[in-house]
Amino acid sequence: MSATVAETSSNVTVDKNTRETLVALVGNPNCGKSTLFNILTGLKQKVANYPGVTVEKREGVCFSQHGEKLRLIDLPGAYSLNARSPDEAVVRDVLLGRRLDTPRPDVVVLVTDASNLERNLYLTTQVLELGLPAILVLNMMDVAEAKEWRIDLALLSARLGVPVIPMQATAGKGIIELKAAMSRKLEAHPLRHPPIPAEIYAALDSVRQELVGTGALHNIGGLLEPLYLISDHDPEHYGIEDAHLSRITAGHDALEKQFPGWEDVLVAARYEFIEQLLLGVLRRPEREESTLTDKLDAVLLHPFLGWVCLIGFLGLVFYSIFSLAEGPMGWIETGQGMISEWVESKMPEGDLRDLLVNGVIAGVGGVVIFLPQILILFFFIGLMEDTGYMSRVAFIVDRFMSKVGLNGRSFVPFLSSYACAVPGIMATRTIASVKDRLITILIVPLASCSARVPVYLLLISTLVPSATVPTGIKVLIMLFMYALGTFGAFGFAWLFNRTLMKGQSALMVLEMPSYKRPSVKSTLHYMLERARIFLRRAGTVILGLSILLWAAMTYPKSEGDESSQLAHSLAGKAGHVIEPIIKPLGFDWKIGIGLIASFAAREVFVSTMGIIYAVENSDDDITPLREHMRAEQWPDGKPVYTPLVCVSLMVFFVFAMQCLSTVAVVKRETNGWKWPLFQIGYMTGAAYLMSLLVYQGGTLLGF
Amino acid sequence: MRHNLNRIGVYSFVIICEQPFAFMPVITSLSDLAIGMTAVIQDMPTGHDAYLTRLRELGLVPGTKVRLVRRAPLGDPIEISVRGSRLAMRCSEAKHIKILPE
Repeated sequence: MSATVAETSSNVTVDKNTRETLVALVGNPNCGKSTLFNILTGLKQKVANYPGVTVEKREGVCFSQHGEKLRLIDLPGAYSLNARSPDEAVVRDVLLGRRLDTPRPDVVVLVTDASNLERNLYLTTQVLELGLPAILVLNMMDVAEAKEWRIDLALLSARLGVPVIPMQATAGKGIIELKAAMSRKLEAHPLRHPPIPAEIYAALDSVRQELVGTGALHNIGGLLEPLYLISDHDPEHYGIEDAHLSRITAGHDALEKQFPGWEDVLVAARYEFIEQLLLGVLRRPEREESTLTDKLDAVLLHPFLGWVCLIGFLGLVFYSIFSLAEGPMGWIETGQGMISEWVESKMPEGDLRDLLVNGVIAGVGGVVIFLPQILILFFFIGLMEDTGYMSRVAFIVDRFMSKVGLNGRSFVPFLSSYACAVPGIMATRTIASVKDRLITILIVPLASCSARVPVYLLLISTLVPSATVPTGIKVLIMLFMYALGTFGAFGFAWLFNRTLMKGQSALMVLEMPSYKRPSVKSTLHYMLERARIFLRRAGTVILGLSILLWAAMTYPKSEGDESSQLAHSLAGKAGHVIEPIIKPLGFDWKIGIGLIASFAAREVFVSTMGIIYAVENSDDDITPLREHMRAEQWPDGKPVYTPLVCVSLMVFFVFAMQCLSTVAVVKRETNGWKWPLFQIGYMTGAAYLMSLLVYQGGTLLGF
Repeated sequence: MRHNLNRIGVYSFVIICEQPFAFMPVITSLSDLAIGMTAVIQDMPTGHDAYLTRLRELGLVPGTKVRLVRRAPLGDPIEISVRGSRLAMRCSEAKHIKILPE
C-alpha cells in the first residue's frame, strides 16, 4: 500500500496582525485535555454552546512566555475526524476551517494519553495531515512509566516533525515547556501523506471534483475535506447543510461501489502506519504488568465486593445529598423569608410589592434552593469522573440498564432523580450517545422525587384514618407509588428506545481509563461551573415562568379573602374550565386549581389547597387541612376525597410533569423547546390515562 | 442398504472432523474468549453500522491482539485490553468479532 504524493492543503494565510493567535486543544476524551485547559486559562473561561447543538464551546485566554495574549479553545474530545457525533463534527469543522463562528486555529496542541498512545495517535496523525502548526503533548506520562513503558521522545518528534512535550498535567509537570513551545513561532510542518492506498486516493479526487462546484467544500484544494465529509456518520450530520447531503452521500456510495469496505481498509492502513511509527519509539514489557489500576479493579469490579463498594459509595453520596443539603436549604428559605419581610416593611402595599415579594423573590428563592443539592451531587460526580470510577459504575450496572434500553451511564443520573430530577438531568451530560442521553432525560422525572413526598403524605393521611389502620399500610402505599414511578420510567424507556430516533443504534463501548488521583481544584471548578450554568440558563426560565404563574393566580383581582381571591383569578377560572376534563378522574375544580398551581412545583399543591380551603399554615401541620379535605363535598353532597380519589390523585402526581425547574433544565440540555414540550405532553397524558384507569376502573369494581 | 451407507457416511464424517479439532485452535467470537486469554482478531463484520467502524477506529482491526481482562459482575459487559488500552463492550457487540485464541 503506497501513498501517492499528497496535494497541499494549507489554507489561506490568516492575517495574524489583526487578531490574536488562536490555539486549539485537540485530543481523545479522558486524555486530560480539560485539566490542561483549566491550568492554562486559570478560571478565565467562557462556556457557551455551538449554535444548534448541545456541544459546549469552551474558550479562554492564556499568556505566552513573552506576554503575548493567546486565545485558547478547548475542542470537544474526539476519537477520529470521521465524525460519529456532533462533538466530533465540530472538531472536524473547526480544524478544516468550515465554521463561521470559529476561525481555523493557528496552532493545534494535540493532547494525548501517553499510556494509551497507539489509539491516541489515530486522531493525532489525522490532524497532523491537515498541515497546521502543531505541538504534541504526551500527557499522563506517570501512568505510562508505571506500566514500565519507555517512549523515545526525540525519535517520535523527528518522525512526526513536531515538538513533543512530556507532561503530567495534574502535577503541573510540562506546563512551562508547553508554554515555551506555544510562544515560539511555529511553522506549518511539512505535510505528511495520509496512509491511503493510491487507487482510493484517485477515486477521492473525482469525489472532490464533484463537490467543489456545489460549494459543499470550504477548503478547496485538499482531498482531506471531502474525505472526512463523506466519512461522516453522525446521525445528525451536523455541520453539513441539507442541500449538500445528497451529493456527499452519492460520493460515499460511489466510492463504496468501487472499493467495498474502503473505510475499513483506511482504518487498518492507518493503524499499520502507527505501528511502523512506534517501532523503536515505544517499548512495552512483554507481559502487561499489574498496575495500581488492576489491583483496584480486582476489588472494585469483583463480582461480590464490587457491589458492596458500589452500594456503599452510592449510599454515601445520597446520604450526603439529603443530609448536607438540609441545612443550606433551610438557610435559603430563612433568608428568602427575611428579605421578603424587609421588602414588605419598606414598601407600600400594592401590586408592585406583591410582584416583588411573591413573584420575584419567591421565584429567585425557588431557583437558588436547588443549589445545595446541585453542588453536592456534582462534587461527587466530578470526583467519580476524575478518578475514573464512573466508568466502573457504568460497567457494573450496564447489564441491568440495557434490559430496559438504557445505558450503564444512565444509572447515576437516574438514581439522583429520586432526590431531585434537576441535577439528575444535568448529570446526563456524561452520556456520550445522543439517543441514550435523550431517553434518559425524558424518563428520569418519573422517578418519584422528594417534592412528591409532601403530596403523598397529605393524600395518604386523608385517605387512611390513622386510628384504625397500622402505619405499615401507609408505608406500603408510599412504596407502591415509588414502584409505580420506577416501572413507568422503565416502561417508557423501553418504548422510546423502539420509537424515538429510530435507526440509531446506541453503542456501548466504554473506555476504562486508569485510575487517577483526583484534583480537588478541578473538581471544585467543575462543580461551580455546573452551578453557574444552572443559575444562568435554567434559572432565568424558572424565574420567568414563576412570575407568570403567580400573575395567573393573583389577577384579575377581586374582593374577599384569599380563598375567593384565588378562586376568581385566572388560575381559578382555569380550574373551572378544566373541571369537565378532570371530573372523569374524580377531581373537582378546586383540585383543578391545585393541579394548575403545582404545575410550577409539586410541593406547592399542599400550600395551594391550604389557601383554597382557607386553612392557615398548612405547610407546617397538615391535620387541619386533612380534616377540611375529608369534609369537602360535591354540590350533590357526595364526599370529594374518597379513598379512590386520593389514590387517583396520587397516581396523577406520580406521572405528571409538574416542575418548571425540570422543564427549564431539559430545555437547556436539549437545546430547544421541542423535547421539554414533548415530555410535558407524554407525562401529563400518561398521568391522565393512569388516573382515569384507576378512578373509572375502581368505580366499576365498586370502590 | 441405504441405512448402512448412511451410517458409514456419518462415521467417516466424525472421524475426519475429530482429528483437526484435536490439533487446531478454533475461530470463535470475542464474547466467548476465556478470561485472561489472548487472541488475534480474524474478522470484523463489514458495513457502516454506527458502531462497527468506531470499534475499528479504536484499534480493533484484523490482525490485532486482544486479551480478555474480565467480565462484569453480571456477566456483561466485558473488558478487553487492546493496543495498551482498556475497552469495555457488550457481548452483543463482541459476538460479531471473530478471533483466533492463542
